[in-house]
Amino acid sequence: MNGLFANENGRFAPRLSLRLRFGRVFQFLSLAAVTLGLIMLSVLLIDIILDGYKWLRPEFFTEFPSRFPEKSGLRSALQGSLWMISLTALMAFPVGVGAAIYLEEYASDNWFTRLIEINIANLAGVPSIIYGLLGLGLFVRGLELGRSVLAGSMTMALLVLPIIIVSGREAIRAVPQSVRHASLALGATQWQTIQNHVLPYAMPGILTGTILAMSRAIGETAPLITIGALTYIRFDLKGPLDLFTVLPIQIFNWVSLPKAEFQQLAAAGIIVLLAVLLSLNALAIVLRNKLQIRW
Amino acid sequence: MLEQHEIALSVKNLNVYYGGFHALDNISLEIPARQITAIIGPSGCGKSTFLRCFNRMNDLVPTARVEGTALFYGQNIYDPKINPVEVRRHIGMVFQKPNPFPKSIYENVAYGARINGYKGDMDELVERSLRAAALWDEVKDNLKKSALALSGGQQQRLCIARAIAVEPQVILMDEPASALDPIATLKIEELMQELKKFYTIVIVTHNMQQAARVSDYTAMMMLSKEGSRAGTVIEFGPTSQIFTKPKDKRTEDYVTGRFG
Repeated sequence: MNGLFANENGRFAPRLSLRLRFGRVFQFLSLAAVTLGLIMLSVLLIDIILDGYKWLRPEFFTEFPSRFPEKSGLRSALQGSLWMISLTALMAFPVGVGAAIYLEEYASDNWFTRLIEINIANLAGVPSIIYGLLGLGLFVRGLELGRSVLAGSMTMALLVLPIIIVSGREAIRAVPQSVRHASLALGATQWQTIQNHVLPYAMPGILTGTILAMSRAIGETAPLITIGALTYIRFDLKGPLDLFTVLPIQIFNWVSLPKAEFQQLAAAGIIVLLAVLLSLNALAIVLRNKLQIRW
Repeated sequence: MLEQHEIALSVKNLNVYYGGFHALDNISLEIPARQITAIIGPSGCGKSTFLRCFNRMNDLVPTARVEGTALFYGQNIYDPKINPVEVRRHIGMVFQKPNPFPKSIYENVAYGARINGYKGDMDELVERSLRAAALWDEVKDNLKKSALALSGGQQQRLCIARAIAVEPQVILMDEPASALDPIATLKIEELMQELKKFYTIVIVTHNMQQAARVSDYTAMMMLSKEGSRAGTVIEFGPTSQIFTKPKDKRTEDYVTGRFG
């Protein structure tokens, strides 16, 4: 095909319509990819909401699990999940941020620190059940914490630590060097520079990473089952050394029961878990936008 | 001519290495107090590296090594007993790109004083520093506003105010106007003339007209020899002499625009 312009001289074969058609084909294919994902997700969501919505009543949150579906609730699982997530955050956040600060701000760049870096990145990819085995050996038996929420939280803290360190390092690395120089040139010490400038600047990124790590922790089941968290708990969780269960374990338990009502309870549990996850993610976005400093 | 002035900074046989790379080759120079000294020279000849020797900012580069002495009113700032943190309070710096902290205008000026344990009236110090940087009238009603909302020229004057708030004797300026428009540049240059009554100023500049306009003394830097990457000061003297009757042929070629 020849162009509309008079200076088309025959030394080029632009084949414009073919190129444009290719573009449209790929535009369609990528749209199809998005649609497929969205449809699958909606089907899942709709299915679960239809199954579970009628069980989302106040008693569902205030009752303990029971043999009778109509008397069953998430009370102990919600308590366990909240305890676990708080303890995990309390342990993993300071250690993770501390490690990120050390690796980015203090450590010199040599083979040893690079080895540590590679291993932290690898740890982020280790299957979670391995952490469960470690927790079982180290915390449940070694430290004799038993199958307590503390042992579970420590295991979970180990699991999310690499994620917090990696995202923390990225956030700290994104702080412009000029900010550090400005502070140091005024006679600030290295720690004053980190405390007053680097950390406040990196905090939105660090918090985003931490909250994403927490949403990973709240959905994890395998390591907690490995350390022996219980499924059937009919008492309130009063302290860090108490036995516990969490939402995904409770859901897993209901799914494995034959009665149809328990399947619906599981669906309701999934809705609650999803709501918790989505609110954590929303919190991450809000925090990031609130604290973000535009340079 | 130098003899008329007290010497603020004096370097002797200064060599700087980055790992195996020789960056500055045997510089000896005396910088007069309460005068403006310009460092000029082609790109990559080590002007910024030289400037950063005076407040030990090169210490931040892990592989950097400085040899020789740099005396600040007779005290060697590379003495092992001296902590660079202490040096930097007495020898302030203004950077090429304005780099205010992402905090309020007030906080930018007060920060250095606060961390150095300033005991006086902070509000008064902030006002005095902003006045000295010719910024007070423009910002006095907005001290709580973010420093990042200021224009580039205002930000750079804020950085100057921030530097003088810790009451240094020397202010190092690394191409302070290169990111600014001509009007903002002019303001910075006028400000420098005011500041030199109280402070010793060393300015690195690419702009030879600027060096000729603002400085009292000029150091001409150049790669030390053919094929070398190490820079050195090839000529130093009163600015008028460097620009009108330089002794070194290379200086003459450079200031007359024949190369560089």
